[in-house]
Amino acid sequence: MITLGDYLIVSGILFAIGFAGVMLRRNLIIILMSLELMLNAANLSLVAFSRFRVGPTGLPDYNAQVFVFFIITVAAAEVAVGLAVLVALYRARKTTDVNDISNLRF
Amino acid sequence: MNSILPWVVLLAPLVSAAVITLFTQRWKAVSSFISIAAVLVSFACSCLIFTQSGIAAAEFAWIDIGGAFKVPLGFTLDQLSMTMLVLVSGVGTTIHIYSLGYMRDDEGKSRYFAALSLFMFAMLGIVLANNFVMLFIFWELVGFTSYVLIGHWFYRDAAADAGNKAFITTRIGDFGFMIGILMVWMATGSVVFAEIAPRMPSLASHPAFVTIAALLIFCGAVGKSAQFPLHVWLPDAMEGPTPISALIHAATMVAAGVYMLVRVAFVIQASQTALLVVALIGTITAVMAALIATQQNDIKRILAYSTLSQLGYMMMAVGLASNDAAMFHLFTHAFFKALLFLGAGSIIVMLHHEQNIWKMGGLSRKLPVTFVTFTVGALALIGCPPFSGFFSKDAILALAYERNLPIFIVGLFTAFLTAFYVVRLLVIVFFGDTRSEGARQSKESPLVMTGPLIVLAILATLGGFGFFARNFLALPMEKGVDLFVPALAFGALIVGSGLAIAIYRNRTNEPIDVEVLRHKFYFDEFYAWLINWTQELLARVAAFFDRWVIDTAAVEGSSRGTWGIGALLRLVQVGNLQAYVFLFGLGVVAVIYFAVFRS
Repeated sequence: MITLGDYLIVSGILFAIGFAGVMLRRNLIIILMSLELMLNAANLSLVAFSRFRVGPTGLPDYNAQVFVFFIITVAAAEVAVGLAVLVALYRARKTTDVNDISNLRF
Repeated sequence: MNSILPWVVLLAPLVSAAVITLFTQRWKAVSSFISIAAVLVSFACSCLIFTQSGIAAAEFAWIDIGGAFKVPLGFTLDQLSMTMLVLVSGVGTTIHIYSLGYMRDDEGKSRYFAALSLFMFAMLGIVLANNFVMLFIFWELVGFTSYVLIGHWFYRDAAADAGNKAFITTRIGDFGFMIGILMVWMATGSVVFAEIAPRMPSLASHPAFVTIAALLIFCGAVGKSAQFPLHVWLPDAMEGPTPISALIHAATMVAAGVYMLVRVAFVIQASQTALLVVALIGTITAVMAALIATQQNDIKRILAYSTLSQLGYMMMAVGLASNDAAMFHLFTHAFFKALLFLGAGSIIVMLHHEQNIWKMGGLSRKLPVTFVTFTVGALALIGCPPFSGFFSKDAILALAYERNLPIFIVGLFTAFLTAFYVVRLLVIVFFGDTRSEGARQSKESPLVMTGPLIVLAILATLGGFGFFARNFLALPMEKGVDLFVPALAFGALIVGSGLAIAIYRNRTNEPIDVEVLRHKFYFDEFYAWLINWTQELLARVAAFFDRWVIDTAAVEGSSRGTWGIGALLRLVQVGNLQAYVFLFGLGVVAVIYFAVFRS
């Protein structure tokens, strides 16, 4: 029997992997992918919460699932914008390494 | 009709001032005649009011705040104010006419006559006012016109400075006056004289309050009547045209302080301490000014100091609780002092604006009319019988003899000094050899100037006699004074005059030199030092505050503070994406820690 705790552990592992990716990798595309991983970790936990919160009618609470749809939609838009910025940056700088993009430092 | 007369008296000069200022600035002759017509109207109406009894002027409510503070626009018409009306408008008339001659070729003639009319308006307003607020407004207006007229020749620095000095010095006194008025209003709930008077006895249980209020009101008189220690402005005010010195700084405005004290005598006389202070200030002023006058060389300044001295006599009488004696001396003094100033003006004009008495000499042959009238004024001033000054000064001395012996002795000494310096002036100016080219070539003034002199000389001669003065005033002296006081006063007069003749006959320069008197007891120097010192102190405190609190702490402090915080926060901007993410992660962990484990 899979419990809520198992889902949350998977979600936590996914989030940790994503966070480590953002922290450790230097390539912007990888960082963006890791960000998506963190978002989906959150989605997973939300869906799990929804599934395990059953009301008196025997149906799960769908609010969280609607929330997840929104997140997926907004994330798609965000990825589009992020990739656009990335392409523009690459055209200007010929690099996607964050170590080379430090103009805003004082 | 009768209820309008006082309004005509008051408003005719105001209309004249307005018309001159607005329309006839260019036509100097027209301006002067408008002004003279206005003062004549005032004089005629004053005489009409004087001859008719029981005139009640129309009265309007001006300010009325729920009954708590009520100021009517109304007039007091009693023996006192009617006498002053005739006196002010009468002396004013002669001086307006005299000004025609004195200011004949002046550039600012229209301005001069407009200010003169405005002054008449303000002075008549003081005389007529029936409440403190009106009195104070006209009081300030008089101060303002005095300022304008002293500074008539404003392109001369001395005149402009003298105007400022007069205005600022009297303002110091007026500040006390205003507080005094407010205190009286606070205590009695009214500013109308007729309503305050019956309420004063109820304040007898607060003697300190009454004394302070009375002394503060007296402050106003100290400023305006140039009493010690605010007397310094009057001698400097002689920078103005001589008719102004005669009208404002001898006959009327400086006497307004005495008139005001007599008008509000019910306040002053409610406190014995206040009365004593008034009497002492008057005595000090009288003797101090007389001492200074003995060493001055400017004809107008000598007269100015004698005015101070005579005003001191009047204050003495007020302080000895005798309004009649004070008003009697005010009355005679107005005539003979205006006469003396106009005589001096006649000399000054004919000698082409020479005011140093050592440059005159032998003028009795050159200016006979001026000489005779001036001598009449001088004899009245020193209190020589039978001239008017004798009676009025005697009344005050007899009063002092009766009520306060030390004041009497000082008063007698002042009478001696008065005789000394006036005879000195006469001897130096009119006798001996002519000592300058201007004096040698001088000739008698035109009729427009000698006419007023003659009129005033007649008044100065007759003004003291009972048959003349009793029509105007209740004389104080008709209760059988013994001969002792007049005899002593006459003795002082003879000794003073004899001494002056013996010392100054046929002299060409000052034989006695008393530095402290020549420097007027160093009052100006002392005030200059005092103001300098307080100003320096204030300036230093202000500079310290400005430099350290405003500049350093507020302005520089905020700019440097902003800069410093910015510099600190800049260290966080490392420009490394991963570092930001790390900090962000730390933040998330912290939020979770506090939200989950510490709540």
